[in-house]
Parts: sequence; structure tokens; C-alpha cells
Amino acid sequence: MPSTNAPSESIPPASKSAASTEKTVRPRVAGIGRVLVVVYAILALGAFGRSLVQITEQFSDAPLAYTLSAISAVVYIVATIALVARGLVWYRIAWVTISFEMLGVLVVGTLSWIQPDLFAHATVWSYYGDGYVWVPLVLPFLGMIWLSKNKPVRAADVASTKADTEPTEPTEPTEPSAS
Amino acid sequence: MIFWFSYIQIAVALLAGLFCVISGFAGRTPNDFTLGSTALVEVLLVVQFVVALIAPAVGNPPHGDVLTFYVYMISALLLPAAGVFWALIDRSKWSTVVLGVTCLAIAVMVFRMNEIWLTQNV
Repeated sequence: MPSTNAPSESIPPASKSAASTEKTVRPRVAGIGRVLVVVYAILALGAFGRSLVQITEQFSDAPLAYTLSAISAVVYIVATIALVARGLVWYRIAWVTISFEMLGVLVVGTLSWIQPDLFAHATVWSYYGDGYVWVPLVLPFLGMIWLSKNKPVRAADVASTKADTEPTEPTEPTEPSAS
Repeated sequence: MIFWFSYIQIAVALLAGLFCVISGFAGRTPNDFTLGSTALVEVLLVVQFVVALIAPAVGNPPHGDVLTFYVYMISALLLPAAGVFWALIDRSKWSTVVLGVTCLAIAVMVFRMNEIWLTQNV
């Protein structure tokens, strides 16, 4: 009985290690994308801090502007998470939130020029985000470029792992025949 | 806030930020110099925090909104620390850029904190 146990014990660790190496998925956020995530996180922090102050101290002064501030803060936080999180759903959420930001900064930015009385109190997006060194204006564009260059990894990974595992067996016999 | 001190702080944060961003794009992984300059920015922020706590008691009260000021202050204190933490985990050249980005953000935030301390309406 111990002799049969010994080989059965030795097999699982080997299969476990093989499984763990197969499961290692490439991180979705790599390279310059990490810098993008950090800038998003800083902007999320800034927008959150600002809306927190605005809503606790003087919400009745400008309900529209301050509600927008709060919404933008939430959207930046969700966008930051969506950029980091893996999977197709988060990838779509990232697109939705970043599109919303672009729309927000363009619409609110334009309105704050045309109708300043509507946005007498500052939001992240007022005057195209000049209070934030125009980062809110530039960031959605960079985010979209990055998203379009980094399509969901899960599908690609499944394809690549299949492509990696399947050809390895056929390549061994084909190599001698080719040479 | 002591204004000459915050201008020094802004200058240091800008220099540290540029240094880290350039080092990062030059392919350097986080090293003693980039981490050290970010740590210096953090140390200056802690000094500024202490100054801001003491200043009102010695006849230098903030003119602007105190809550806004401290939201900036606390956020600023968190950023370089988070950046250094990130750089210690992720040993890539992009972490050096991240350090630079946090330092540049600090420069902007200290500038804003100056404005809040000086003026009534921000």
C-alpha cells in the first residue's frame, strides 16, 4: 500500500505546478498603462476630495455643479478599477466610463464657457479641467488609445495558450521530417 | 503655511518629478536616487503638515477653507508614500515614471494649498 501511495503523491505536485504555470495570465496593465492607471487614481482622489468638501459644506449653493462633481468622482474611481481589473466585462466598463468622462469634459467644458452662470462653482470638468492642468481633457483620449491597443486579454490568452499547447506535440515529429 | 517654505517645496517636487520621469523614460528601474528624491518630497510634506497644524496658534491662520486645505494635505501625504510602495513592489522603469508623476502632482497640490491658505474664496 505505501508503495502505491508514494507514486500517487508524487504525481499531484507535478500536475499542480504545471497547472499553476498554465494559469499565470499576463497582467492586463503593464508598461506605460501603469502610469495611466496612476494618473487616473490621482484624478479620482482629487475629484473625490473636492466633491466631498463641496457636498459637506455648501451643497445648496450649486446642486447641479456639485452633483456633477460627485458623479465625475465616482466615474473616475470606477474607471481606475476598470483599467486594472481583468476580463471582458471590466474592459467594457472601462470604455463606458472613459467615454462618459470624455463626454463630460467636452460638454461641461463647453457649457462653462458659453453659460458660465450654470457652472459658477467649479467641477473637475469646468473650463476643460483647467484647475487640474487639463489632465481631465487629455486623459480620456490617452485612455481610449490605450484600451484600443490592449484588447481583452482573456480571449487572446485562451487562444495563445491553446496555440502554445497544441502545436508543441505536432512540432516534434514535423521537425525531423522538415530537416 | 510658511510661503517661502512651500515655494521651496514646490521647486523640490518639480525637480524630483522631472528627474524621476526622465530617469524612468531613460529605462532606469527605481533606485536610491529616484526613491530618495520622492522620499524627500514626502518628508517636506510632513514638515508642511506640522507647520500647518502649528501656524494658526502663532498668528498665521488660513484665509481659505480649512476642510479643503486638509483634504489636499492628507491626499498629498498619501501620494508619494503610495508611489514609493508601488515602486518597491513593481521593479520596472514605469514605476520610476510613477514616482515622477506623484511628485509633479504634489507640486500642483502644494501650489493649490498655498492659494487656499492665502485667499478667502477658492
